[in-house]
Amino acid sequence: MSKPPPLLQINQLQRLMIGPLSLQVEAGDCLCISGPSGSGKSQLLRALADLDPHTGEACLQGVPASNIPAEVWRTRVGLLPPESVWWLPRVGDHFHGDLPVSLEHIGLSAAILAQPVGQLSSGEKQRLALMRLLSNRPQVLLLDEPTANLDPENTRRIEAVIDEYRRAQQAVIIWVSHDPAQIARVADRYFTVSDGLLEEQTIEGRQWLN
Amino acid sequence: MVELSVADLAIAATLVLLLALLSIRLRSNISQQLIIAAMRTAVQLTLVGLVLKVLFANASFGWVMLMALIMLLVAGREVMARQERRFKGWLGYAVGTFSMFLSSFAVTIFALVVILGENPWYTPQYAIPLLGMLLGNTMNGIAIAMDRLTHSAWEQRAVIEARLMLGERWDQAIAEYRRQAIRSGMIPIINAMAAAGIVSLPGMMTGQILAGAAPVEAVKYQILIMFLISAGTGLGTLAAVSIGSKQLFDERQRLCLDRLRQP
Repeated sequence: MSKPPPLLQINQLQRLMIGPLSLQVEAGDCLCISGPSGSGKSQLLRALADLDPHTGEACLQGVPASNIPAEVWRTRVGLLPPESVWWLPRVGDHFHGDLPVSLEHIGLSAAILAQPVGQLSSGEKQRLALMRLLSNRPQVLLLDEPTANLDPENTRRIEAVIDEYRRAQQAVIIWVSHDPAQIARVADRYFTVSDGLLEEQTIEGRQWLN
Repeated sequence: MVELSVADLAIAATLVLLLALLSIRLRSNISQQLIIAAMRTAVQLTLVGLVLKVLFANASFGWVMLMALIMLLVAGREVMARQERRFKGWLGYAVGTFSMFLSSFAVTIFALVVILGENPWYTPQYAIPLLGMLLGNTMNGIAIAMDRLTHSAWEQRAVIEARLMLGERWDQAIAEYRRQAIRSGMIPIINAMAAAGIVSLPGMMTGQILAGAAPVEAVKYQILIMFLISAGTGLGTLAAVSIGSKQLFDERQRLCLDRLRQP
């Protein structure tokens, strides 16, 4: 019996300054990416979510994106942008599926769903945006600096929920982060972006943590 | 009916001139535009009067269709020019023009054949003014609706893309802005119908009465025209917004704002 294809496979992906890059990520792996601003990290995540035109292709369990309807692909490969967007009056209006992790678990009460969106703090917004995305049960989670503007407590909460989700669903996590300590905490593999390509790095501080 | 002389029109023109002088004194820079627009009105309407005179004398199908086609193409250009962030290239012209063709021609032909029943059905005395009324109004509706649609897509890019990221289809992600665009395209004709006769006496009816028609007959024509216009505007707006919103996305349902022109 042949080995099953990796959960996420990227073949010669190219978009503006990114690529052509190829990469395989196994189920349950968390991959961190850092690089100077403007190096194309967000472009890479947007191309993986198929939000921008690109050449080359990403495959999920061996199936290329072009064989999967775009809206299904984006449910399976979910992107969390740096700033969350809310377009309906109440928080709960934005939620459809049931949550994989309870709101209490992430430091929020269920009552927050009845609140008007305008009353949310930035920390609450970011945690809720993550929960909204997780309720789609994505197999690949693309995180664009999810904790950039958060205090240490909220950062830890977000990290814990993502870790729990990754273990439970055997999801692939691709995490753009600038914080070496965070990368040491969450990454299985670590890459920097240079000239549009990903260079694998050793994770500093990892041995010390282990 | 009181026949108007050129002198009568010249007296009316002095009112526009007075207004222009007044606006110069108030340092508003609208006077030049005002004078040019007034001159265009006089020249364009005189020319069209002559064209209609010739057309009525030679009521062949070919000439009527040629006139209709020219009216359509000019209206299409006008729709395009009134949108700040219209589609680039031929699409910017085609979306509005095709929608206008679809709605105005269909409604005009329907009215000519089913309601008026003249023989032949393309008798220019009926066909050309009807088409003109329809084109003029659908033109407004489509221009307003498309301007609103492309503007919302630009301004609300973050919302539309956030909805796509959460796995919504393109038509779900833009549904709200599509609805708003259709609404804003149809509001003027709905308001005109609601206010007709109470706040305003519609221009066509007023013209007919001034030209000596019996008020009740003029009113019947005006009601007919209002209904035709609302049907034409509605159909045209729906068509333009449907085609336009589809064209904002590519085959992978990505929002393609680079298809829009920068203002």
